[in-house]
Amino acid sequence: MNPTSEKLNRRSFLKVSALAGGGLFLSVGWLAGCKPDSKEDLLGMPEEWIRINGFIRIGDNGLITIMSPNPEGGQNVKTGMPMIVAEELDADWPKVLVEQAPLDTDNFTRQFIGGSQAIRMGWNVLRNAGATARQLLVNAAAQTWNVPASEITTKMGMIYHQGSGKKAHYGEMASLAATLPLPENVQLKEQKAYTIIGTSRKNVDAKNIVTGKPLFGIDYKKEGMLIAMIIHPPAHGMRLKSFDDSKARNLPGIREIFPIKSHEDGYERTFFDTTSFTDLVAIVGNSTWEVLNAKKAVSVEWENFGTYQEKRDWNGRKEMRTIPGGLESEPEQLAKMNDVASKAKTVRKDGNPEMAFRNASKVIERTYNGPFLAHNCMEPMNFFAHINGNQVHCAGPLQKPELTEQALSTRLGIPIENIEIEMTRLGGGYGRRSYAHWLIEAAVISQKVNAPIKLMYSREDDMTGGIYRPMYQATYRAALDKDNNLIGFHVNAGGLVEPPIYPDRFPAGAVENYWVEEWTVSSNITVGSFRAPRSNFIAAAEQSFLDEIAEEIGKDPIDFRLELLKRAKENPVGENNDYDPERYAGVLELVKAKSKWGQNQAGISRGVSAYFCHNSYAAQVLDLRIENGQVKVEKVTQALDCGLLINPDAAKNLCEGAVVDAIGTAMFGELKFNQGVPDKNNFDRYRMIRMGEAPKAIDTYFVESQVDPTGLGEPGYPSVFAALANALYQANGKRLYQQPFAPQLT
Amino acid sequence: MATFNLNINGKTQSVDIDPATPILWVLRDHLDLVGTKYGCGIAQCGACTIIMDGNAVRSCSIPVSAAEGTKITTIEGLSEKVDHPVQKAWMEHDVPQCGYCQAGQIMSAVALLENNPNPTDEDIDNAMNGNICRCGTYVRIKKAIKTAANS
Repeated sequence: MNPTSEKLNRRSFLKVSALAGGGLFLSVGWLAGCKPDSKEDLLGMPEEWIRINGFIRIGDNGLITIMSPNPEGGQNVKTGMPMIVAEELDADWPKVLVEQAPLDTDNFTRQFIGGSQAIRMGWNVLRNAGATARQLLVNAAAQTWNVPASEITTKMGMIYHQGSGKKAHYGEMASLAATLPLPENVQLKEQKAYTIIGTSRKNVDAKNIVTGKPLFGIDYKKEGMLIAMIIHPPAHGMRLKSFDDSKARNLPGIREIFPIKSHEDGYERTFFDTTSFTDLVAIVGNSTWEVLNAKKAVSVEWENFGTYQEKRDWNGRKEMRTIPGGLESEPEQLAKMNDVASKAKTVRKDGNPEMAFRNASKVIERTYNGPFLAHNCMEPMNFFAHINGNQVHCAGPLQKPELTEQALSTRLGIPIENIEIEMTRLGGGYGRRSYAHWLIEAAVISQKVNAPIKLMYSREDDMTGGIYRPMYQATYRAALDKDNNLIGFHVNAGGLVEPPIYPDRFPAGAVENYWVEEWTVSSNITVGSFRAPRSNFIAAAEQSFLDEIAEEIGKDPIDFRLELLKRAKENPVGENNDYDPERYAGVLELVKAKSKWGQNQAGISRGVSAYFCHNSYAAQVLDLRIENGQVKVEKVTQALDCGLLINPDAAKNLCEGAVVDAIGTAMFGELKFNQGVPDKNNFDRYRMIRMGEAPKAIDTYFVESQVDPTGLGEPGYPSVFAALANALYQANGKRLYQQPFAPQLT
Repeated sequence: MATFNLNINGKTQSVDIDPATPILWVLRDHLDLVGTKYGCGIAQCGACTIIMDGNAVRSCSIPVSAAEGTKITTIEGLSEKVDHPVQKAWMEHDVPQCGYCQAGQIMSAVALLENNPNPTDEDIDNAMNGNICRCGTYVRIKKAIKTAANS
């Protein structure tokens, strides 16, 4: 990280900013803290910007630009990550501009979103970037004023020397600071000194969103840009045979129609290179409507493919994966799952579970199922690409640009250093935008037509294009002795195409005889990460099952969990239990107190659930009533522990959203296959939760903590499913073992 | 192809286009008004909501030929200084997460409040049920609508 000075006049700043900010029409962001009614946000732009490091540019008038390194998909990292830099920089937040950084692996690390890790993994990097810049400014002032650096203080973008009474704003010292040697071992603030971290700051893009500014990939435009769409097979298990574009190619506005291959045959795929359909028909034209019409006029012949081998490099593990041919339907998929479940592989065993189950006075056994789910990001998949000779310029919404860059380079045969990827705001990600096959497709199309293009998926292309939450099944068994003690616990879980289980999570460590088995069924239906992958199913199953055990043994469901956690803390069974029983119990205790658990209200049914994943803890109490056969969620009270909070109100927003998303998915989310064809292709059939079905109130509480911050995009989500199932059981006496719930309630 | 004179955000704009083109694509592809979003193309998600003669409508499903002679407002035309009460309430409650559906949500809310300045919870549910928010910001949307109603 070498400080360099860039003398930029306002015009060139705007140019740089336009590139870095996404090349959209909008070249300058609104000030981070500016009030909605402030008149002239752009007044007071500096004449010159001085680059202090990859994260920070300081204007000669004291204005500060902080680059947000990771893509923004609604988790609000674009506000939270710069807040951490600004805190250590001692910046005045209202005088901070935030800009989205492009993919720039020289200046930034881990520029991706996934696994709720942006804040956790960015914590030290961001703090050090701010603290280093602050120290450089202090050193510059010390040199200018000829006083010891140790006597200099900073506050809200100002530098002070008390002895001499001298003061300056950051802009006055930035030019010199940028030329000084990097300080070593910069001091980071103590938490009690924080003035930005831990205070609620508004979304830096809020104003752009409520005024309809072009923030998203789908809004991207460039001079001479054409619109492209694809046609993919109607069924998983099919591939392109031939097509006839004679009725389409002469339609108005149509430029070219041609077949493309998103990956060459024999390409060795890495983890995020999943594609459902490698061979596609591309239609390129002047405008979206014209291309949509031409798309309908192309007639395509498809054929079934046979079983084949796919070469993979899964994080260094090389393998040949067999992809079965055939057009799959749900009944056969379920039959296959049940068959393979009986040949599962043991992944953890503590004590002697077989004996515990033999000696049990009572065994409870329940099987849970979860269907495929489509991510249904509101912004359908899209990407801009311009391949100009050996130069690649791409822009759009994606979660893992670093990982996609290599695949793109391989496919185009163009070195990585010639590839520029801009990150626009994501109209939702939830895991779907980790698999950037559409970026490759866009690039291949641009290369073929030798022009800038924007590839757009229709909603139907998006929903039927694969990469779903896998279809899962889990069978739980509990062994109880004659005194109703839980003496054995067994789970056998698997999925199509991956198992959902985390064997070392709760209740591992809490039960003497504990056994986990898993299995996988192969399929040609593609799957991928979906908000809290695997956890989003297994938490629902496990936490519903624990509710049923608690009822069976006559214990309060919260007390039952707390007893298990006490055992896990005081005398843990086995090794590698990857949760902290104390923090887990902490969210249960907080939600118990805040929800006034135990005080029943007439007509209200309550359910509780908790889960740990992605380094954070969550618990919910869900209150509902059934009114004329309709489920009305009155209130959800939730407690979370994600360590230190960065931006409390934004954290709350994210966790409220997780509750709503989970209730909707649990009630309605489902995609089934019939002869390889998904049974839903748009929102007329794929039911999403709507305003009237959302909880009337969501009360969110955080455990006060000084522990380094962890993420929140996923952790609040998985436990909600079972809180709902357990509350529904209290309401109507019917346990729910199958997602989605809504069809079973009528 | 035919020429249409459209009254959008108080200005008359002329486009020469296939009469069947949905207003959504006229706005996005031809007039550079990209605040109105594409979500489903079949009037099921509300991302493309605009206000036409005072009513919230789905611009993905209305051909441009039906727009002539009407008065259209898009998210870009709500205010000059980001001071429409609904925009202000949205910022006060920090409603958006990904933000993609919010233009449509805001337009539905504006039309609701223009026709019903003091909506009940049920009125809000009914008026907003056509707008999907995949991030699940409904609770904040409702609060923001109430704040805007009271301002």
